[in-house]
Amino acid sequence: MSAKSRINASRANDFVIRLANVNGTGSASANGLLMKTIFRMGVPVMGKNFFPSNIQGLPTWYEIRVTRDHHLARSGEIDIMVAMNAETYQQDLKSLSPGGVFLYDSTWPRHSVVNRQDVTILGVPLAKMCNEHFTNARARILMKNMAYVGALASLLELDREIIEDAVHRTFASKQPLLQANMDAIELGANYASEHFDCPLPTRVEPMNETAGKIMIDGNTASALGCLFAGATVGAWYPITPSTSLMDAFKSFCERYRVDRDTGTRNYCIVQAEDELAAIGIVLGATWNGARAFTPTSGPGLSLMSEFIGYAYFAELPAVLFDVQRVGPSTGMPTRTQQADILSAAYASHGDTRHVLLFPANPNECFELSVEAFDLADRLQTPVIVLLDLDIGMNDWMCDDLEWDDSYRPDRGKVLGADELESIESFYRYLDVDGDGIPYRTYPGVGRKGAYFVRGSGHNKYGGYTEDADEYQEVVDRLVRKWETAATLVPAPVVQRRKSAEWGIVSVGSCDYAVAEAVEVLARRGIHLSYMRVKAFPFSEAVTEFLHQHKRIFVVEQNRDAQLKSLLTLETDYPKERMESILHYSGLPIDRRCVVEAIEASVARGEAA
Amino acid sequence: MTFIAKPKIVHKGLSRNALGLTIRDYEGGMSTLCAGCGHDSVTSAIVQAFFELDIPPNQVAKLSGIGCSSKTPAYFLDASHGFNAVHGRMPSIATGASAANRKLYLIGVSGDGDSLSIGLGQFSHALRRNLDMLYIIENNGVYGLTKGQFSASADVGTKAKKGEVNEQQPIDPVQMAMAQGGTFVARSFSGDKDQLVPMIKAGIRHKGFGLIDVLSPCVTFNDHEDSTKSYAYTRRFFHPAVHADFVPPAEEIRTAYDDGEAMPVEMHDGSRIVLRKVSDQYNVHNRGAALDFIRSHHRRGEIITGLLYIDEAEPDMHGISRTPDAPLAQVPFEELCPGSQAMAGLQERFR
Ligand SMILES: Cc1ncc(C[n+]2csc(CCOP(=O)(O)OP(=O)(O)O)c2C)c(N)n1
Ligand code: SF4
Ligand SMILES: [Mg+2]
Repeated sequence: MSAKSRINASRANDFVIRLANVNGTGSASANGLLMKTIFRMGVPVMGKNFFPSNIQGLPTWYEIRVTRDHHLARSGEIDIMVAMNAETYQQDLKSLSPGGVFLYDSTWPRHSVVNRQDVTILGVPLAKMCNEHFTNARARILMKNMAYVGALASLLELDREIIEDAVHRTFASKQPLLQANMDAIELGANYASEHFDCPLPTRVEPMNETAGKIMIDGNTASALGCLFAGATVGAWYPITPSTSLMDAFKSFCERYRVDRDTGTRNYCIVQAEDELAAIGIVLGATWNGARAFTPTSGPGLSLMSEFIGYAYFAELPAVLFDVQRVGPSTGMPTRTQQADILSAAYASHGDTRHVLLFPANPNECFELSVEAFDLADRLQTPVIVLLDLDIGMNDWMCDDLEWDDSYRPDRGKVLGADELESIESFYRYLDVDGDGIPYRTYPGVGRKGAYFVRGSGHNKYGGYTEDADEYQEVVDRLVRKWETAATLVPAPVVQRRKSAEWGIVSVGSCDYAVAEAVEVLARRGIHLSYMRVKAFPFSEAVTEFLHQHKRIFVVEQNRDAQLKSLLTLETDYPKERMESILHYSGLPIDRRCVVEAIEASVARGEAA
Repeated sequence: MTFIAKPKIVHKGLSRNALGLTIRDYEGGMSTLCAGCGHDSVTSAIVQAFFELDIPPNQVAKLSGIGCSSKTPAYFLDASHGFNAVHGRMPSIATGASAANRKLYLIGVSGDGDSLSIGLGQFSHALRRNLDMLYIIENNGVYGLTKGQFSASADVGTKAKKGEVNEQQPIDPVQMAMAQGGTFVARSFSGDKDQLVPMIKAGIRHKGFGLIDVLSPCVTFNDHEDSTKSYAYTRRFFHPAVHADFVPPAEEIRTAYDDGEAMPVEMHDGSRIVLRKVSDQYNVHNRGAALDFIRSHHRRGEIITGLLYIDEAEPDMHGISRTPDAPLAQVPFEELCPGSQAMAGLQERFR
């Protein structure tokens, strides 16, 4: 059978493979190996893991997009399906794009199931080959994964040396495993080249497009930000998808923060009893002058609300990472969404508003987490970095992370003993500089700097009050501070198209899908400017962009159009001129849904 | 109730401690609690203890949750930084404070509502971490600030002011701490300053979590007949099991105790507590026996007080975390940031 004939010929380095597996069967490392191999062949690649909230036995998928043009979002197409889970055959076959290739384990032929005429079906008897070759029961299961890697190596013309080098690195210390893995790859590769017309048109050709690039997940990059920004106290309660942020911080600290001679640790990580305590620990630490942070996800953010409002009112710095997952409630813990935007922006009772930062890739996870500490110290308020599961847990290709040694933390307005000596009196909440930001002192500094931190009503001197005017004076000053915040937060990323009357606004991990959609639409004659907001409060540049366009599409990954709501509430742009494009299935957004929504709107004449 | 600031007049006759400070230097703002509230007596015992320990007020941070009891840090040590947290969550603030600056003496004041209901989890986990702080529960069996509802420490059979009788089992922080591995467990009475002051001093010097449960009657909502947390009831059923005297490092143990009765316990900083057993069945170093003793007396309606258990050997949170002696908040940035070369080296890991 010729696989080649069924597929459009210009697809080298531009296609999507989806691997359908059962979780807990060792497929993750095989899929990671595939992606790394493509990356090391110099070809840009995207990898996304769609996994269940379960340890063993449920369906799991891994999607790899080979993308010579650096389109690092999902395209919405699936060109090759590696179907390793009989339970999902039907669904997997259905989701394959026309002209695609369906590769399955033909040890048990499934003619009745695999019955689409517009795709190519390739059967590889993976289980049979592994059962014949391996004696150990566990190896028979595990090695099926390596066998399909081998088959793909032939079908996609992957560099066998790179694959083998990676296997060597992984199993260097475990000789028998090394040999087994090599054998399995060989089995698959030989079967494919003997039985199919290799390579497929959807193949990988070496390029030189990944020099100066790394593959890293956003949680790890954020953890590096905490490390480099000088955070010493981390408090957390385990929750997917934020757990790996603290895991990474801990492992970096073990490497860079332990005194070799004494074994003392320049960090203190507290696994708290819950998120209420985790945020409390952060506030206790920042009150005392440490940089401190807590990673969490939606349910944790809900629990932290009371203390977040406290920190806003008592004016304590805090850095929070909310790696968003699907809500409401427990929702789908291992699926992605951007549905905490509003609850983060206004977390806690009373009039509160919080600084939010929205990284869109691992580079920004790193940079914005450093910036979060500076902003929190400068503004004396909580800063919430909103990642999502897609950025947080998937390895993204991005530029090397770099560090500028001239960086020094901005600790904000803190008076030490000497400065206190030189002033007549110190009062905690006076707006001395007119920017709404008062001065603070750390405990231990002496009588003159002593004050009482409280979440109850206080006047500008820091004293307890229930007096109407005194109370209002303080909360009105907090509005001035908020206005200052809008001038300090990072500006949006704007891509203007000349004479474009419509704009797209988006946030965080939507970025690559939207950017690609903008290109596709431009080729089809629909020209849009694009703004990605990086922070809340919205700076003037955000409002300016909105007003430069007659109509705005707001693309985000939640059901209730939360970013659009925030723009409606916090800018004066008319909401009738904003249209939502929403993706909230729990899978990362793809380019196709953005393109289709805008084309439909244009067809209806709404955007014209 | 008055909001007029207390004038700081230093009387010539006031004695000075080793730092040259008078007791006035350890006081705070004017109390706004009800006249006769037990909490005010605890405040004055705290003032006395810090004064006598010669601790500079700026080396202390005082913390609390929410409640009448939690208001009291405003009434002592006004030269110290203070933190009035949200209801039941002071232990987490104290944990973070200690993590950042272990050189501070931390004193937390809480209530039975604050620690045994909404804050039971945080209280219990601070204990588990052996957080280096003195933690005082001003225990009155009710929520004073929200006007007299039963708290979780209310005894079975005790009657509320309006006549309601409590039928639920009480949570006793002392028994909890004993059972849970607490390293310094004490109980006292706001009306017994002689017992309380040395106990507070020892608790401050203890390296680890020092718990003092202080029976502190609420005169407004829980001081009537048929209340088991009233002044009268407490005075009647209060049984000291051990007397504790605190002896600072340089001082000799001068008082002569009968042999076999006096038990000096060495603290981390070289100071000592001299314990005198009142009951010869009591052993402050035997957790199980001590707990049995407290339980069996509790069943008879007797409240066993004193420094009931002490263990100076367990590591505190910092010992377990292997943090340096200097406060983490003061480690220079240059020692915390790995720098550009390290960053460049790290990149290979991600290719
Ligand atoms: C989250 C929250 N819930 C409820 C309250 C109301 N509240 C204030 S003080 C208090 C009880 C305090 O009791 P306790 O700790 O025993 O202190 P006491 O007043 O008896 O000294 C309650 C329920 C609150 N402040 N915060
Ligand atoms: S209500 Fe009770 S606890 Fe509160 S101040 Fe008055 S006497 Fe004290
Ligand atoms: Mg109470």
